[in-house]
Amino acid sequence: MGQKIEQDLQRFRKIVRGKVKSNLSKYISRGEMIGKKGNDYVSIPLPSINPPQFRFGKKNSGGVGVGPGQPGQPLTAPQDGEGEPQAGDSPGGHILEVDLTLEELADILGEELALPRIEPRGQKNIVTEKDKYTSIRSVGPESLRHFKRTFKRALKRQIAAGTYDPQQPVVIPVREDKQYRSWKEVPKPDSVAVIIYMMDVSGSMTDEQKEIVRIEAFWIDTWIKRHYNGVETVYIIHDAVAQEVDEHTFYHTRESGGTKISSAYELCHKIIDARYPPSQWNVYAFHFSDGDNWGDDVPKCKDLLHHHLLPKLNLFGYGQVESPYGSGEFAHHVFELAEKHENVVVSHIPDRDAIVGSIKEFLGTGR
Amino acid sequence: MSWGFYNTNLPPHLRVLKDEIEGYAREYGLDFFETIFEVVDADDLNEIAAYGGFPTRYPHWSFGMQYEELKKSYEYGLSKIYEMVINNDPCYAYLMRCNHTVDQKLVMAHVYGHCDFFKNNAYFAHTSRKMMDEIANHAARIRRYVERFGEDEVEAFMDKCLSIDDLIDIHSVAIKRRDDASKYDFTALDEPERTETEDTPRFKAKGYMADYINPRPENKPSDAEETKAASRILHFPERPEKDVLLFLIEHAPMKNWQRDILSIIRDEAYYFFPQAQTKILNEGWASYWHSTIMTQKVLEPSEVIDYADHHSGTMATSSRRLNPYKLGIELLRDIERRWNMGQFGPEWENCDDMEKKRTWDKQLGLGRQKIFEVRKIHNDITFIDTFLTPEFCKEHNLFSFSYQEQTKNYVIESREFHKIKQRLLFSLTNFGKPWIYVIDGNHRNRGELLLRHEHHGIDLKLDEARDVLANLQYIWARPVHLETVCDGQPTLLSFDGSEHTQQTIGGTDDRKTAAKTK
Repeated sequence: MGQKIEQDLQRFRKIVRGKVKSNLSKYISRGEMIGKKGNDYVSIPLPSINPPQFRFGKKNSGGVGVGPGQPGQPLTAPQDGEGEPQAGDSPGGHILEVDLTLEELADILGEELALPRIEPRGQKNIVTEKDKYTSIRSVGPESLRHFKRTFKRALKRQIAAGTYDPQQPVVIPVREDKQYRSWKEVPKPDSVAVIIYMMDVSGSMTDEQKEIVRIEAFWIDTWIKRHYNGVETVYIIHDAVAQEVDEHTFYHTRESGGTKISSAYELCHKIIDARYPPSQWNVYAFHFSDGDNWGDDVPKCKDLLHHHLLPKLNLFGYGQVESPYGSGEFAHHVFELAEKHENVVVSHIPDRDAIVGSIKEFLGTGR
Repeated sequence: MSWGFYNTNLPPHLRVLKDEIEGYAREYGLDFFETIFEVVDADDLNEIAAYGGFPTRYPHWSFGMQYEELKKSYEYGLSKIYEMVINNDPCYAYLMRCNHTVDQKLVMAHVYGHCDFFKNNAYFAHTSRKMMDEIANHAARIRRYVERFGEDEVEAFMDKCLSIDDLIDIHSVAIKRRDDASKYDFTALDEPERTETEDTPRFKAKGYMADYINPRPENKPSDAEETKAASRILHFPERPEKDVLLFLIEHAPMKNWQRDILSIIRDEAYYFFPQAQTKILNEGWASYWHSTIMTQKVLEPSEVIDYADHHSGTMATSSRRLNPYKLGIELLRDIERRWNMGQFGPEWENCDDMEKKRTWDKQLGLGRQKIFEVRKIHNDITFIDTFLTPEFCKEHNLFSFSYQEQTKNYVIESREFHKIKQRLLFSLTNFGKPWIYVIDGNHRNRGELLLRHEHHGIDLKLDEARDVLANLQYIWARPVHLETVCDGQPTLLSFDGSEHTQQTIGGTDDRKTAAKTK
């Protein structure tokens, strides 16, 4: 590819980024991107960014086509966006789909919401050591011989010894001249993280609220994945009892039972201890609920959080969605804990428009 | 010409093919500039296509967007560029390296059709045949402005220019509407001709380099003020000006670099429009020739299936979009048949005996001669207007469709000949774009710009029209207005630099007289 088009392409990408950035809150609250997620990129429908031109509207417009059909019959081909049917093949203004990598998307999110970067905690992230060839020594295998330095030294020696003849510039390195590349072992931080999502699936949670959770989870994923090399996700649903499920089940399960939040915290605790020891993992836990808990269960929840969960977590996010049934009282209890633990964030998400703010609250801690 | 980063040599087996096909093309009477085939990879072809065929085009992000689209749809196997040929002397045409030999043959034969058309069609007569060089110069100038004034600044201005680059007067190249003013002559009409030659020496230059080597002298600010003052007294333009770009170049208070960029955009718009203006005829002509040369001369028996497959792919039609290749080739064949059999002229037109018409054959054999004449003097509009017949519409199952407000969908409107023809001609007239004129450059005696949309039954897309107005306002620097019709009501859209207004006007006639009395 020529360099020229590369520049124009970069420029175009920059404009797209800007567009996505300025429309980000709209994209977030509509959840448009999630359905378009590929393995490592998302397709984003952008309104056309072509320069505007004087054009005809649709009203009274028409054209000529070919094929069977009676007058009055609608044209069968799908409406491709705003595409105006025309003679010739002049491009109709259609919706532009651009692909962004998840990293790019996370960067845009970070810039737009002014999120601080996450700093992986402590020493636990040192997993691998890598050899870096940065230094020089005088012994080593021939395959690592530093050619230039070796000959430079040989030249120096010959000049000093007076055996160098500029008329006949022959430089012969001897044993002492030889220089070899040498390596250092560099610890390479290889940080891993696990995100544990917990959701209340009791009867009082509606589909709309689950959708909100889904959108939140998508963005939290995107952001946290940007900062760690390996991110795993765990999904836990609970009503009166908790169970670990896969992603699809997580969003599509509906139970009718009561609510015991402690069941989820307990399971979460067990999973962390069994599979994600905090000494090696950065653990994130997010819990979404409508805030309705069985009264007697509250002290147990607080105890679990205070003594067992919170010390092991990078961040505990409690997102309370508003439901027509829930009392929303549980948020207060978590909030009390937030005063003692700085890794607790409580966020209210009454509707889709609040998602942006909530994401900022969750991720604004930089933890 | 060397591209530097492309290796475009024609491999020997293609060179043999080229000589062979070129020979056949000449035998058939095609007449073309020397044609240079460049062999490029798919990626390079996409890049060149994104630049409208000119690898040396000026930088702009919209080409990057084009490229990404082409690249994606090529990678997903949705589309593939078969041929690309540049109206230039010599003609440049691109072949994709990975194509099969049969495709290369098809493309070459097709290209010679285009080259003949470029050289001989009347509507291309005014286009520069050194466009490769001119476009490179345009790019060099714009790059220089980018270096001097910054990428963001230049790009922002170019976005505005590209938003109005269709506001040109395509007929101006054939009609003398007023005395010649060179495209870089910005002196007011009543000012005496300035003698540049005396203060600045002019260097000898080839035509396409003239503007580059002898740039227009910088306008002194005081001059600009004077001209403005002088022009304010006059009512201008004298008659509605369709070439809005020219009007802006001559009268809008732009910086010199901005004026130059707008001139570049306008020059390129004038170079490119004949291709849109003759799309059906041009593609039809080239397809006619690739099919003739392939089937009568070069096709090997083993290639027939592939050829048929690709040819039919090119000719495929859909119900929503008329394929210009298909329409063009079929109409040309129809003309050839009719003129071969003498099915034209008053005698044929006035014959009411259907039986007689069915067997009408005077064995005139004028077909080939006729289509050569058609390719010389017609554009799409006159082509359709003259040669589209009810029989043709019926045979090819054409219909007209219209937009239905209730269902928000397009429905088949009619299969009547006159309706089809009307819709088709409408979509071709002014490229299916609204007619916009400059009415007054000193509207309300306040230096405001008044444009008029000549309404032919279809309203403007208002949201987009407002954006265009905003861009015009940026260039004009004073409030701009557009008279149009909205839901049957004469309406004035205005933008004063900060807000858009839309008001119904009592009658456009009052306004006109009011403006004139000033």
